[in-house]
Amino acid sequence: MICAVHMQNLAIIRGERLLFQGLDLSVRKGEAVALTGANGSGKTSLLRALAGLIRPHAGDVRFEGPQGVLEAEDARSQGVHLLGHQDCFKATRTAWEELLFQVQWTGGTEASARAASAKLDLDRLAGLEVRKLSAGQRRRLALARLVASPRSLWLLDEPMAPLDTARRAVFGDLMAEHLAGGGMIIAAVHDPLPIAARACDLSSLDGPAQ
Amino acid sequence: MNGFWVMLRREMAMAWGRGGGPLLALTFFVATATLLPLAVGASPARLAAVAPGSAWLALALASLLSLERLFERDYEDGTLDLLALGPVPLEAVAFAKGLAQWLTNGAPLALAAPVVAVALGADLRLVPLIFISALIGGLGLAFTGGIGAALSLGSKRGGVLIAVLVLPLFAPPVIFGAGAIEAFAGGLDWHPALGLLSAYGLAAAALGPFAMAAACRNALS
Amino acid sequence: MFQALANPQRFMDFSRWAAPILGIIAVILVAMGLWLTFTVPEDYQQGDTVRIMFIHVPAAYMAMFCYACLGGASFMGLVFRHSLADAAGRACAPLGAGFTFLALVTGSLWGRPMWGTWWVWDARMTSVLVLLLLYIGYMALQAAIDDEVKAARAASILALVGLINLPIIKFSVDWWNTLHQPASVFRAGGPTMPPDYLWPLALMAIGYMALFGSLWMVRVRSEVWRKRANGLALQAAG
Repeated sequence: MICAVHMQNLAIIRGERLLFQGLDLSVRKGEAVALTGANGSGKTSLLRALAGLIRPHAGDVRFEGPQGVLEAEDARSQGVHLLGHQDCFKATRTAWEELLFQVQWTGGTEASARAASAKLDLDRLAGLEVRKLSAGQRRRLALARLVASPRSLWLLDEPMAPLDTARRAVFGDLMAEHLAGGGMIIAAVHDPLPIAARACDLSSLDGPAQ
Repeated sequence: MNGFWVMLRREMAMAWGRGGGPLLALTFFVATATLLPLAVGASPARLAAVAPGSAWLALALASLLSLERLFERDYEDGTLDLLALGPVPLEAVAFAKGLAQWLTNGAPLALAAPVVAVALGADLRLVPLIFISALIGGLGLAFTGGIGAALSLGSKRGGVLIAVLVLPLFAPPVIFGAGAIEAFAGGLDWHPALGLLSAYGLAAAALGPFAMAAACRNALS
Repeated sequence: MFQALANPQRFMDFSRWAAPILGIIAVILVAMGLWLTFTVPEDYQQGDTVRIMFIHVPAAYMAMFCYACLGGASFMGLVFRHSLADAAGRACAPLGAGFTFLALVTGSLWGRPMWGTWWVWDARMTSVLVLLLLYIGYMALQAAIDDEVKAARAASILALVGLINLPIIKFSVDWWNTLHQPASVFRAGGPTMPPDYLWPLALMAIGYMALFGSLWMVRVRSEVWRKRANGLALQAAG
């Protein structure tokens, strides 16, 4: 269980380009942060660095649990959901098979997968192969994983892009519920999130003018 | 441990699902073996001499086939991100994948190996040993092959590259596997060869996952 | 020394004069070695063909030495994430492949008069051939991945896997050779070595080593220059 995540003087370099530097950001229980910035400002890279997939050039990321500092590895393997541009589904498996795997893999149970499927109105799609789903339906299936397995830090990359207005409202409710339950959300967005969120603009943290 | 089983079950299901991998590898195995008499002539004496060795060669080639998809499909659709954030470390994921590769590809190929060898003219006495050596050798082939598969993630031409990376590493299992059969056929002691083959397989299964996990982390970064 | 040279600027300052000096030493040693090669008395069994040995044996030795360097550089690159170590590994591979190729070609030329065929599947030739395949795999992997840092790390992992496998492959090939009872007349180590032959052999070996050191530094230097040029180009592009 992660209670807070602290980024200190974080800098990320991709290729040979400095994306941003000097990022100080703390997110605590019940808070949401909307990362903004132009394309290529490092939103996705920041999310991946928080998930431990890429190594920051400088600075560090600390996770805090109820009893103090957590090992980053434990925190990530038990407390982090990363939802990127890709939704991690195998096109030829059924929606239910894929959801069940993802939920079990991230620490949920079959029962919680069923509950999430009902909540996101996915039951009708469960038996279909993933390739038959629309982009919006796939995104809902991916969101079901977040709901079904209890991980407190959600790292979302453009989570609402393929959703229509009605679904965005539903998704807003899910996020609000997650925050109310002590969760945290860090989301890279272009459009504003449907919930109250602090903004963090990565474009303002560019490298020194050259 | 629960996470490991979830992973293993999924890998097995995906290998057998939609009739792909194992059947394709088996067909390839048989097709390669079919080319042998066409290439060297159908004279039984000549074929029988090379039958066990050729069966082993075809086996090594056939076990390359499904390697390309071992990590690539999870890399392409983002699942590898998810696997990196799972309850067990990537090393365990890699071990599960290697094990699944062995069970779904190595084992069927091991069942087919004696049939192919006998069809090429190998002595019936050799059948049990061909099966056992192919099964044990498959463990080494699966895990060393997995290293090549993980290393070639993100490269432009996966399949051929994997073969180039991995075939030199297949030399020991091919030598020991075919050597055990040859020793047995020649009335020599075949235990050392089988022992070395098992040692190679176990060492590959023990160390390979570390290389695979390091390669996956590198590809994700 | 590694500590001191791990700093790219210090490496550049050092190699700036060390590379040409080593190169000159290499030329002198190899020239002396070659001169001795053609002036030592011929072998009573092999005749003039023994002279190939002075080119062949040090090359085979360098083939393995380069792989050890490659493994060492790869280890440093992986553990300490040092960009110079990546460049060092990358610079080793073609040189090692070159020596390996030279060893195979001269071995084959030697085999013609000795064994009567261009190629014999003898244990040494076979394991050197596998070594060449490992080098080629390393370079192919390096070339196939676009992102330079990732390519270097993937290739380093492969180099370490190869380093662990190399003794196993060597052992298995030796084992295979005993199983097949080779018809070769070539005994391990060859006929006992007359002392006349030690000098050219040693000169050639050290000369090759100096040649490797010089070319290796030149390659690492060009790698560093290339990186700097890239950096400047990126900066200029804004």
